[in-house]
Amino acid sequence: MARTHGDHRGRPLVAITGIGVVTCLGNGVRDNWSKLTSGQSGIRPITRFSTEGLKTTIAGTVDGLCDAPYSAADLSTAMAEAAAHEAIAQAAIGESSAFPGRLIVATPPSELEWPHLRALYAAGSGEPEGGYARLLSAARSGTFGDMARHVRFANIAGRLQERFGTRGVPLSVCTACASGATTIQLGAEAIRRGDVDAALCIGTDATVHPEGLIRFSLLSALSTRNHPAERASKPFSKDRDGFVMAEGAGALVLEDYDRARARGVRVLGIVRGCGEKADHYHRTRSEPSGAAIIGAIRKTLYDAGLAPEEIDYINAHGTSTPENDKMEYVSLRSALGERISEVPISSNKPMIGHTLIAAGAVEAVFSVMTMQTGTLPPTINYDTPDPELPLDVVANVRRDATVTTMLSNSFGFGGQNVCLALSREPI
Amino acid sequence: MRGNDHENEVWITGVGLVSSLGEGAEAHASILSGEQPCAARVDEATFAPYPVHPLVPLTLSKQIPKNSDQRQMEGWQRLGVYAAGLALEDAQIKGCADLLDRMDLIVAAGSGERDTAVDCKVLEMSGASDSAPLRASEILPSALRPTLFLAQLSNLLAGNISIVHHVTGSSRTFMGEEMAGLSAIDNAFQRIAAGQSEMCLVGGAVNAEREDLLLAYELGHNLWRHSFERIEQRAQRGGGFVPGSVGAFLVLEQRRHAERRSARAYARVTTVGTDRVRRTNAEANPFACVSNLIDETVAGSTAAVFSGASGVAPVTAAELAFLDELKRRAEIEYMWPYGNILGHAVEAHFPAGIALAALAQHSGRVSRTLLGECPGRFSSVDRIIVTGVGHERGEGVAVIDGIPTRGANGI
Repeated sequence: MARTHGDHRGRPLVAITGIGVVTCLGNGVRDNWSKLTSGQSGIRPITRFSTEGLKTTIAGTVDGLCDAPYSAADLSTAMAEAAAHEAIAQAAIGESSAFPGRLIVATPPSELEWPHLRALYAAGSGEPEGGYARLLSAARSGTFGDMARHVRFANIAGRLQERFGTRGVPLSVCTACASGATTIQLGAEAIRRGDVDAALCIGTDATVHPEGLIRFSLLSALSTRNHPAERASKPFSKDRDGFVMAEGAGALVLEDYDRARARGVRVLGIVRGCGEKADHYHRTRSEPSGAAIIGAIRKTLYDAGLAPEEIDYINAHGTSTPENDKMEYVSLRSALGERISEVPISSNKPMIGHTLIAAGAVEAVFSVMTMQTGTLPPTINYDTPDPELPLDVVANVRRDATVTTMLSNSFGFGGQNVCLALSREPI
Repeated sequence: MRGNDHENEVWITGVGLVSSLGEGAEAHASILSGEQPCAARVDEATFAPYPVHPLVPLTLSKQIPKNSDQRQMEGWQRLGVYAAGLALEDAQIKGCADLLDRMDLIVAAGSGERDTAVDCKVLEMSGASDSAPLRASEILPSALRPTLFLAQLSNLLAGNISIVHHVTGSSRTFMGEEMAGLSAIDNAFQRIAAGQSEMCLVGGAVNAEREDLLLAYELGHNLWRHSFERIEQRAQRGGGFVPGSVGAFLVLEQRRHAERRSARAYARVTTVGTDRVRRTNAEANPFACVSNLIDETVAGSTAAVFSGASGVAPVTAAELAFLDELKRRAEIEYMWPYGNILGHAVEAHFPAGIALAALAQHSGRVSRTLLGECPGRFSSVDRIIVTGVGHERGEGVAVIDGIPTRGANGI
């Protein structure tokens, strides 16, 4: 069909027509948004397993959503299904279980957890040899076939594809803590190419288990300020000491804007542009000048055809680690100029924790709500501003403001940085 | 699926391949053309009853000069970074800061590697009691190195390629077993064909010599548990794949970009098609997209198929029967499951098959001895169709053609 709405380069405009979310605050956009904007925190002491002897004993877990005993794969799937169901219902797209487009899902590491290893170890007890030979002999018995799904990356995407009837190969992606944003970038690119009319973009992560916690502890990435839990995450504060692990899923339905208008659905927002740039400095730290993050922001603005002055608001990556928040400030200042001190910025993480693989998708959902409602969610626990990060942090209580165009940042271990420029309709 | 206009043709300008057979484009090309005899290298003892294709010894410092970088990685990452370096070198991009800064990186990855010794220690100390999680929290903080966690993150092969080789234009990692390789190649192809990228470094790596990898696939009963047999011979005994250690990276480049820098091209990727059929549905053809695309492309040209069949039943038998029928009808010259020499490389398998097809197109001949047919003769074809049918999920196909005008900038 003849295109009536193209972007500044004549490409199809990418509309967001459905959003869904699950976090430690609750299930669904409405519940989450009301708690998030009132500054409630979902961070609490971990009850899923014993934290005895661990330095960090708090997290933002999602409890009660999944009937099965906890496993990262099953809870990640259940959260993704809930978020996607909400997003698809809002977009009112496709026949039941026949989503007319591609599935792109960011999923956490796919691996056996200790209860699985233990069960295999117990079952292999007749074997003279120890170690993995014993586990392998148990696996050979054929009674553990059901366990394979925990070590198949395609499992989550496969399940979601079957449930929602998406087309083609479902994409499973990982750019560490930028993954959620990468799903949106991949969806937008496919729509711009004309490969698909719609994309279901999901980020999901439920990896609060002992080993998950220990790994991030070993990287000195986690806050150890366990009491009170809800005060631990304090992005951009002078006394920030690390992030808080959390679980969650975010889902967005992206559509060719003309198609969305033609079928009369409400357009919630526009994906104006996406940009990514990889760092070659270090596995867990950014190049000190911020070159890669600056590159990601600049590429986003270029892709969107936006001037830095057009950014009204920023949904920060804002993890509350000393390193991230400093680098995010330095890079924003370099990419957007002096004006950065006057652009309101919030991090959702003091309320919902760091949802890791899901963060970019979860925070994109909240970004859409920010533009829709004209409410900037607060950054709670911002009591001692870091004087070296002079930013207009939306401190402690929400703020009303009209947001036409905004940035959402996501940066990952491994040096993968992704930014999204989002706008309200009409642009 | 997309054809491409002239300027945005997708050319293969770099091949980095490491396997049980050797390292580098030249070593693999000489095996394909029969200059070097080829017998699959299989280790049946170390992980018995599971045969694996072990990696050739590598001098890692040739592609990963810093010891500190080598120490920060585990086997699959070192293998992948090594192969990526070979591909960049082969494309004459290595060390070219301005090109690397713009180059897009796309990696197909699986789960990282676990420290199996640490796992065993925890299990032995806790026995089968419920205390494993507790033991884990006692032992792991001292036993785990932070680098090991980083070895477990799928995106850290890409991260290490950025660090060691400075490929930083963008970085994406696809997962999903064989679908990872299909998605990575498809994404690179589509972006270049649509003008969204000028050049991509795309590929993956699998370290087959790992008990944790064997455990993951044995849980699904996907492995071949007997003495080595060719893929075509495995169905009678239940099928199964023989894992192969493989690092396979390609430089895919927009034709205009390649010509501008006078790059040598091996071949071009004319089409890529992927799908995922629900195989539990008895009516579904598990490789419909493969057969449709082959039907479309074989007409009017001489074609051969490099099959990515894994050996896992029942899908391999169905694919091979379909391809045998094409050969019987003389629609294809020959069919060759390339896993017979490489082993099955899961995420890296489809990229590896495309690498072999590119080398075969470049030399213009494939040894019939290698194909298990009349010794000493060569076969040449217009196009090579590479299939990638996942052992459980995902189907794909890529059509690899020769470079049409072999002028100054061609071969």
